[in-house]
Amino acid sequence: MPAPVTPPILSIRSATLSFGDRPLWRGLNLDLQAGEFLAVLGPNGTGKTSLLKTILGQQQLTSGTVELLGAPVRRGSREIGYIPQQKLLEQGTPLRARDLIAFGINGHRWGLPISSAALRRQVDQVLESVGASDYGHSSVATLSGGEQQRIRVGQAIAGNPRLLLCDEPLLSLDLHHQRAVSDLIDEKRRQLNTAVVFVTHDVNPILGMVDRVLYLAGGQFRIGTPDEVLRSEVLSYMYDTPVEVIRSRGRIIVVGAPDGYGAHDHDVHHVEGGAH
Amino acid sequence: MADFWGTVFNFENYGELVVLVQNSIYAGALLGIVGGLIGVFVMQRDLQFAVHGISELSFAGASAALLLGVNVVLGSTLGSLLAALLIGVLGVRARERNSIVAVLMPFGLGLGILFLALYEGRTANKFGLLTGQVVSVDNEQLGLLVTISIVVILGLGIMWRPLSFASVDADVARARGLPVTAISVAFMILLGLAVAVSIQIVGALLVLALLVTPAAAAMRVTASPFLTPLLSVLFAVAAMVGGILLALGGGLPISPFVTTISFAIYLVCRVIGRRHSIRSRSRRVSPALESRIPA
Repeated sequence: MPAPVTPPILSIRSATLSFGDRPLWRGLNLDLQAGEFLAVLGPNGTGKTSLLKTILGQQQLTSGTVELLGAPVRRGSREIGYIPQQKLLEQGTPLRARDLIAFGINGHRWGLPISSAALRRQVDQVLESVGASDYGHSSVATLSGGEQQRIRVGQAIAGNPRLLLCDEPLLSLDLHHQRAVSDLIDEKRRQLNTAVVFVTHDVNPILGMVDRVLYLAGGQFRIGTPDEVLRSEVLSYMYDTPVEVIRSRGRIIVVGAPDGYGAHDHDVHHVEGGAH
Repeated sequence: MADFWGTVFNFENYGELVVLVQNSIYAGALLGIVGGLIGVFVMQRDLQFAVHGISELSFAGASAALLLGVNVVLGSTLGSLLAALLIGVLGVRARERNSIVAVLMPFGLGLGILFLALYEGRTANKFGLLTGQVVSVDNEQLGLLVTISIVVILGLGIMWRPLSFASVDADVARARGLPVTAISVAFMILLGLAVAVSIQIVGALLVLALLVTPAAAAMRVTASPFLTPLLSVLFAVAAMVGGILLALGGGLPISPFVTTISFAIYLVCRVIGRRHSIRSRSRRVSPALESRIPA
């Protein structure tokens, strides 16, 4: 973990989020430094996505504060790059891969999408840096899941954000592309010294790059390195039931977590947080 | 049989007629531009059914105006704006939107029929609102049509980039700080206006031929961000102007001509698009297959 010598990119203080009288998390404190990679793990319905929405200013905290670069969060920010999960794009969507990337640079500007030579060069550079030059001119609907996620990484980093928010960006990719896309995100955060908040139900593809883990379960949370948090005692305590964390060939498998966390999924390659 | 074709296509005194409806032809071309442009976003935002719903309330507004003896374009504009805003605000998710449209549509149509039944003027006016008219558009209305059309075109021009961004990926656009909800409401207003002007000429039942079919046809043959709106406009203008010119001679409304041309263009584009996609698919698949073969 990098030493906190500079003011944090993201600072969450005594944050509590409840829906009705059900608290998702209570008293969350978190400082994220530039270049730091935080994985947010936990079963469904524990407020992983709500945490991202809070950082994006789309979800009000019940109490506490969230600050981005020292200022309270607003609705969306150009300092944030956002990578959503892969989704099906309609056939005929009149956009090429490079247009999606251009949106990351000037999508907020009014007017017709007429691009200057400077913008085209900038887009070319981003395409090259995410290894997508070959299909920059392809229609977005013809991209494979892995290609599309590469473009989304490119779109997210194109505006040189200080913080990357990733909402299950590896979902529905095969193992090969999961690896390629997560490596790409890791490479970019190192190059740009961007802080990363990575929400995922499966920590394994990113295990080697994670600095800290925020684990949400049972209305509680734990923050620490993967070795500190992903342990049988910690998870058993959080779930209030015996849970076993097994490490095998560099992967982590959680056995016995109630309500979905690994329990219903017998695929040993995955730490499942439940179906999406 | 000769009688039938004589009614459908009649080119006697054609030159004089063209001069008479010159203004309508210009209005038709302008409507083609409006329909072709906005259709690109109707397709992307999955609002085809909503267009139909808006047009029925627009029809109700127009027939109310007819009954009250006020400006019909104004009436239909009020009706369609109301519908567009209701659909935009209440139907954020696709499924909700479809039910709201399905609820509004028969209500609007019913209201319209009631107003028309109470109206004691010319029957041609009544029928025209549903199935289109052209000659009956007077100069005052024509001026209003042109003004509204220009507003829609300018509005789309101003929002084009953020609207494209929000249409393809609302979540990312919102995360970047775009006012996605405001953009969506603004688009619904433009759509309402576009529907209101379209029903004056092609009729409430047939607006889809102008606001959806040309864009759908363009999207079969291209995915380019420049060619798609360009072709869509071209198709819509061809259908509108072609429809008006063909309908001139006979005593028939223009809408069957417009819808038929529009449909024919779509069919041709489907055939071309299928060939195209087979070719591009084989081009894109083969290198991937090769890469999986171990060297």
